[in-house]
Amino acid sequence: MAGSTGRWTGSDMHPAPSVILFTTLSGLGFGLLIFLGLGLPAVTGWTAFGFFLIAYVLAVGGLMASAFHLGHPERALKAFTQWQTSWLSREAVVAVAALLVMGIFAAPAVFLGLRLPVLGGLGAALSLATVIATAMIYTQLKTVPRWNQILTPLHFGSVALAGGALLAGQLTAAAVLLLAAGLIQIGHWRVGDTRFAEAGHTLATATGLGQPGRIRAFEAPHTGTNYLLREMVHVIGRKHALKLRGVALTLGYLVPLGLVLIPGAGHVLGGLAVLSHAAGMAASRWLFFAEAEHVLGLYYGRHG
Amino acid sequence: MGHPEPHLDLSPRVSDEVRKTTCYMCACRCGIDVHLKAGRVAYIEGNRDHPVNKGVLCAKGSAGIMQVNAPSRLRAPLRRTGPRGSGQFEEITWDEALQTAVDWMAPLRETAPQKLAFFTGRDQSQSLTSWWAQAFGTPNYAAHGGFCSVNMAAAGIYTMGGAFWEFGQPDWERTKLLLLFGVAEDHDSNPIKMGLGKLKARGARVIGINPIRTGYNAVADDWIGITPGTDGLLILSLIHCLLKAGKIDLDYLTRFTNAPVLVNEDPASPENGLFLRDARGKPLVLDRATGLPTAFDAPGVKPGLAHGYRRAGITHRPVFQILAERYLSDDYAPEAVAGRCGIPAPRIHALAAELARVAFDEAIEIPQPWTDFRGERQETMIGRPVAMHAMRGISAHSNGFQTARALHLLQILLGTVETPGGFRFKPPYPKPPEAHPKPHATATPGQPLKGPHLGYPMGPEDLALDADGRAQRIDKAFTWENPLSAHGLMHMVISNAHAGDPYRIDTLFLYMANMAWNSSMGTARTIEMLTDTDPETGDYVIPRIIYSDAYSSEMVAYADLILPDTTYLERHDCISLLDRPISEADAAGDAIRWPVVAPDRDVRGFQSVLLDLGARLGLPGFVADDGSPAYADYADYITRHERRPGIGPLMGFRNDGTATGRGAPNPEQLARYIENGSHFTHHIPEAAQFYKPWNMAYQEWAVSLGLYDSPQPYIFNLWLEPLRRFQLAAEGHGPHQPPDHLRTRIKATMDPLPVWYEPFEQAAIDTAAYPLHALTQRPMAMYHSWGSQNAWLRQIHGENPLYLPTNLWEDHGFTEGSWGRVTSPHGEITVPVAHMAALNPNTVWTWNAIGKRKGAWALDPDAPEATRGFLLNHLIHELLPPKGDGHRWANSDPITGQAAWFDLRVRIEKCPAPREAHPALPPLASPVGRGPKSLAWKIGR
Amino acid sequence: MTQLPTSTTRKLGLVIDLDTCVGCHACVIACKGWNTENYGAPLSDQDPYGAAPSGTFLNRVHSYEITPKTGPAQLVHFPKSCLHCEDAPCVTVCPTGASYKRVDDGIVLVNETDCIGCGLCAWACPYGAREMDKAAGVMKKCTLCVDRIYNENLPEIDREPACVRTCPAGARHFGDLGDPGSDVSQLVATRGGIDLMPEMGTKPVNKYLPPRPRDTWEQTDILAPFLTPVSETPQGFLGWLDRALDRL
Ligand SMILES: Nc1nc2c(c(=O)[nH]1)N[C@H]1C(S)=C(S)[C@@H](COP(=O)(O)OP(=O)(O)OC[C@H]3O[C@@H](n4cnc5c(=O)[nH]c(N)nc54)[C@H](O)[C@@H]3O)O[C@H]1N2
Ligand SMILES: Nc1nc2c(c(=O)[nH]1)N[C@H]1C(S)=C(S)[C@@H](COP(=O)(O)OP(=O)(O)OC[C@H]3O[C@@H](n4cnc5c(=O)[nH]c(N)nc54)[C@H](O)[C@@H]3O)O[C@H]1N2
Ligand code: SF4
Ligand code: SF4
Ligand code: SF4
Ligand code: SF4
Ligand code: SF4
Ligand SMILES: [Mo]
Repeated sequence: MAGSTGRWTGSDMHPAPSVILFTTLSGLGFGLLIFLGLGLPAVTGWTAFGFFLIAYVLAVGGLMASAFHLGHPERALKAFTQWQTSWLSREAVVAVAALLVMGIFAAPAVFLGLRLPVLGGLGAALSLATVIATAMIYTQLKTVPRWNQILTPLHFGSVALAGGALLAGQLTAAAVLLLAAGLIQIGHWRVGDTRFAEAGHTLATATGLGQPGRIRAFEAPHTGTNYLLREMVHVIGRKHALKLRGVALTLGYLVPLGLVLIPGAGHVLGGLAVLSHAAGMAASRWLFFAEAEHVLGLYYGRHG
Repeated sequence: MGHPEPHLDLSPRVSDEVRKTTCYMCACRCGIDVHLKAGRVAYIEGNRDHPVNKGVLCAKGSAGIMQVNAPSRLRAPLRRTGPRGSGQFEEITWDEALQTAVDWMAPLRETAPQKLAFFTGRDQSQSLTSWWAQAFGTPNYAAHGGFCSVNMAAAGIYTMGGAFWEFGQPDWERTKLLLLFGVAEDHDSNPIKMGLGKLKARGARVIGINPIRTGYNAVADDWIGITPGTDGLLILSLIHCLLKAGKIDLDYLTRFTNAPVLVNEDPASPENGLFLRDARGKPLVLDRATGLPTAFDAPGVKPGLAHGYRRAGITHRPVFQILAERYLSDDYAPEAVAGRCGIPAPRIHALAAELARVAFDEAIEIPQPWTDFRGERQETMIGRPVAMHAMRGISAHSNGFQTARALHLLQILLGTVETPGGFRFKPPYPKPPEAHPKPHATATPGQPLKGPHLGYPMGPEDLALDADGRAQRIDKAFTWENPLSAHGLMHMVISNAHAGDPYRIDTLFLYMANMAWNSSMGTARTIEMLTDTDPETGDYVIPRIIYSDAYSSEMVAYADLILPDTTYLERHDCISLLDRPISEADAAGDAIRWPVVAPDRDVRGFQSVLLDLGARLGLPGFVADDGSPAYADYADYITRHERRPGIGPLMGFRNDGTATGRGAPNPEQLARYIENGSHFTHHIPEAAQFYKPWNMAYQEWAVSLGLYDSPQPYIFNLWLEPLRRFQLAAEGHGPHQPPDHLRTRIKATMDPLPVWYEPFEQAAIDTAAYPLHALTQRPMAMYHSWGSQNAWLRQIHGENPLYLPTNLWEDHGFTEGSWGRVTSPHGEITVPVAHMAALNPNTVWTWNAIGKRKGAWALDPDAPEATRGFLLNHLIHELLPPKGDGHRWANSDPITGQAAWFDLRVRIEKCPAPREAHPALPPLASPVGRGPKSLAWKIGR
Repeated sequence: MTQLPTSTTRKLGLVIDLDTCVGCHACVIACKGWNTENYGAPLSDQDPYGAAPSGTFLNRVHSYEITPKTGPAQLVHFPKSCLHCEDAPCVTVCPTGASYKRVDDGIVLVNETDCIGCGLCAWACPYGAREMDKAAGVMKKCTLCVDRIYNENLPEIDREPACVRTCPAGARHFGDLGDPGSDVSQLVATRGGIDLMPEMGTKPVNKYLPPRPRDTWEQTDILAPFLTPVSETPQGFLGWLDRALDRL
């Protein structure tokens, strides 16, 4: 499409692994926390310790991974200040709140065998809110029409719940949630595929230079690449994307669903289901970022 | 609400000190403010008080900071240790280096000075380098003009006493219609952009005539995507239309041109085609008042155009009649040329009509009285606000000289040269060809040359041939092959020296020209010639090569001795009226550079080194009477040297600092220039600002400034008599006779009136096999080969695709990311391609000089410049393909010898993407290592 | 502060004339030079002499090709930097408050000491106007040369952005777009200045002046009188010449 030369036409680099890790892991972690908070299962003592450990490792690990993505992780505290306007700030605040509340909920459960359901409920709500806040960071971006849709928070939320249910060993809930999440995932893709066109952003509106079709990107500003191209303008082949969707759908939803539906599925199968789900979600998230289609790509000759 | 806005220092200190000097990244020579912090360059911006750029600066100029800190800078004199082309060197001291050079050169001077060939490239100190070569006594000196744009320069000077480039400019303030022929960037680059901006702000119309629509042509209101090499035809067709409609400035033609001069029309006469002259040699016109032949410049003469004159049985007709007869012919009708030019006939009609409309219906008049050279006083200055500007698009073809002549003819017929709203000269121009020197080329052992090397021949007797008719110069300039080669033929030096034709040389001394890469025709072949050895002796065929560069260029690897230069912020330079000054149409201007920072390496300014060499060789002018060096260094030379009594390199602050132009040297001169922002401007009085060739007020002003010693009024040469003299010789007249094989060509091409003929290469080959024209363009943000070492600029142009027009793109099934194999009659390259619709359908093109040799310029051998970048030069040959007549004809203009870069014809095929662009020459060892892995250049923290 | 001011006293910004821009990249490098030496961290370059050079630039010049229904194709050079949007999404997404819009003049800035380099603001900007500096790990963007336009160490005439000062073609204009009487506002009014991606609702302050119509060759018949032959024969031409000279 563009009169392209060299490497500027878009980065073939992968989206930052830290973000994929973050959203996948923290989703699972907070998903598990939701179930733990709700008392599903109502664990105490060492069992509780095991569950909470997994949940915290995943949630905190995810958060840490995302911190690696920062240019200045040492200033991360500053990110708590702008909760009034910034979803990223809100996410930080709610995440910490969720982790704190769940911590206060977990400690007596583990050490005293004491369960405080109200606190657990609050923690579960905060954990869900964290997942939704994370989703909103992406959903709010008008610049990425694929993300800028109601299904994005539903997708993040449903996946976190399904994953949480799997981890929490809530197999019935997991089955229902996996089905729902899978359907939402498909919906997210289908709606996402047309969002860019529907939003109406074209090279013509981007440049004000007349009708679409009349105008074409000729030379990029620099033959050298840049941050924007590396970060936001990925070129991903259609075939490749379809294949990955297949992988995501199969590993993320179908296989775990199949496994939990096997009567008397035990820990081994449950564990397999979790692993499969996590791998599928990694693929899904990789696609989520790789297919982002930021409008700035228009300026570089991407999209009509 | 969140937290309050942070405190911002809105007035940070910008620098400790600003030093004003002159930019160097191209020949435009803008004024710059160099901001220093802690003695280091922190920021460069344009000097608002400078006449050239008035504060603006181009990308290269602003990136000068990355040029001064480039890791590719040479650090010390080098002696070659490995074979030529390996890039292996050892550092030596300056004493060793200079002694070596003297040991090589001194014996040559005593025995055969012509065995030293000294050629300079992108330099800005030709008045010194030529003076040095003259003192040495070698005829073999020139700068790069022969491969650059001598067609433009010579056609301008021969036709109207001045050329485009930075020597003349459109009247940006007043013009209403600008035609740009074949300009991508030009030397006068910032002024052209500023001028275009002015026209745009005023809503004046710009028409771009260019096969490619980028840059200036992209902002042009109208674009004519002409087929390359056919501008001459288009222009002559416009002339046809204008003549037919009588839309020409008859008053101007009769008074200021040789239109009325009487020409001998007797085919049998040895004077056929020459002017009728009086006893003093003055060309004669028929006076309308008296009906008598009268000297063209006689006071009160009213030259006629309509009538001929018979004398001694010979018919004489005014130039204009012959001209009208020729161009009124239907051969030049738009319908007849449209196909060849690739422009619909109605468009040509429309363009001619628009020229006529603006020139005559929108004429302007300035209430400024002036007196012409015949003593006639005019009350006003009439302007025809049509301006034209042209550059290498018309001149880098083998028909370029005549095309440039045709363009000037068009300007002159409309009365737009040196009139308000038209085209204006910049001092020291106008200056007719007669006021320039003639070429000197006779070498005498131990003696200087009798006069300057380069000049303007007036006829066969001025050629640089020895008694046997052999070329005296190694580049065969001023021979029958290219009689008016006013700038020499640098592109022929290496191949002629290699062939030993006309003779062998010993030492090739090059300065600032990347001859082993982008400025050669046939890069790989040139490299072979530079490294070829004599099978008998095992010595290199070109035995010794001395080179001065400031950076680790490709050429460095092919020299035996390297004299490392400073960068432009570390030395003195002089932008002189004796050379290529920075004048404006209404002011003379010159400028200097001075060391605003000290070099941190063992390098020396080349001009100072040349003065030192001159002194060590004992060259006249370079040593004082007691044998000591005449000049301490270049700064001393700039201040004290006098070319003629009272005339030195700089015009400002002479004598006690109050004299301009003429005056004794002033030891404080450089200090005064520095105080003045490193430049000096001397304004032309208002009554002298137009009609300069004929305006006595201007002539007297020019004499007072020392541009010439007596007034030199002249008339424009519509009919170019010197060309006719060569034609006459080819017809068999006169004592100086061309070789027989050249007669036909001389007769056909050296027409005293502009002609168009098919560019040589396409006439010599099967164009069906090579259907495409292949061109290069200057990228605005790169200077030839040496922008690539600039960390900022190379991110903009780090590689170059070959752009293909839509028809070709689709027919060959190219898609994004495709590669193509491009073949010319001389070679083959494999390169990335890209699509461009705003392009002539028979043309492909790329950016010039982006491709780099692996290992050069301190770049990674895998740099995109070396793996995806490429040169078209591999496809170009300095000779045309063999014609089977026993001669390899030069790929040059037959009149000036200008390299015909843009005559290149190619074909293209789609091919699988290779690992890297071809040809890929083996890497050079880098004498300077590699650049750092990251950069964050901040001086003040 | 991440909240946008409800209104700003002035709306300083650039007006870029696409009819005049020759695509010379002068503004790109002047910007790089000034902002490397001034405001905040230098604009760094990675692998500057290597195989994949990449650096931070706050202003880049694109080029676009237009193929109209009739007439030849055209090329438009298109410089782009931050547009200092009134409704700047880059500001509201910032979690740290490092991104803010100045109340006084509407300039959108990054306070580099607060920036954690999360990159979200760059994602939020539709125009690709923000670049993370790899060496410094902070977000960089056009500052509208806030350290020039008020700088008392500079002569008054130089208190304009580096890119505007350097532009050889005069294609860049700087001023208060909130003042309808300002030169820039007048220019926008007379030349029909436009917003980029208006549908984004960002309300950019910077405006672009579209290229004037190109290749509008006048009808030959309008110009035909200018080419009426003086005569159809060579004799006739000489006769005309004689008469015309007599009239001089
Ligand atoms: N295909 C194609 N080829 C062309 C052209 C074209 O249009 N198409 N154009 C031709 C024309 S017009 C020209 S003028 C030539 C130009 O070609 P060259 O004359 O080769 O010009 P540059 O590549 O600029 O090389 C100049 C050399 O000077 C060195 N240099 C730079 N600064 C300094 C300094 O301060 N001191 C010293 N001593 N050296 C320095 C550089 O490092 C470089 O090695 O190319 C010609 N070649
Ligand atoms: N930025 C920058 N500036 C430079 C230089 C540089 O390297 N970089 N080099 C300097 C030097 S040495 C020189 S000589 C000048 C050259 O200045 P220009 O002559 O402006 O430079 P070129 O890029 O050679 O441009 C030639 C133009 O002619 C067009 N052209 C080619 N063939 C034809 C034709 O047959 N007819 C018409 N009408 N057009 C044609 C090409 O498309 C191109 O636009 O630039 C000088 N200025
Ligand atoms: S045009 Fe650019 S490179 Fe040339 S002298 Fe001026 S500022 Fe320097
Ligand atoms: S252009 Fe981008 S960075 Fe600038 S204010 Fe608008 S959204 Fe923010
Ligand atoms: S990168 Fe810096 S300025 Fe941008 S959103 Fe993050 S913290 Fe704010
Ligand atoms: S206003 Fe300043 S920071 Fe912004 S693009 Fe121009 S030079 Fe760069
Ligand atoms: S400096 Fe001016 S003409 Fe050059 S690219 Fe920038 S806006 Fe365009
Ligand atoms: Mo040149």
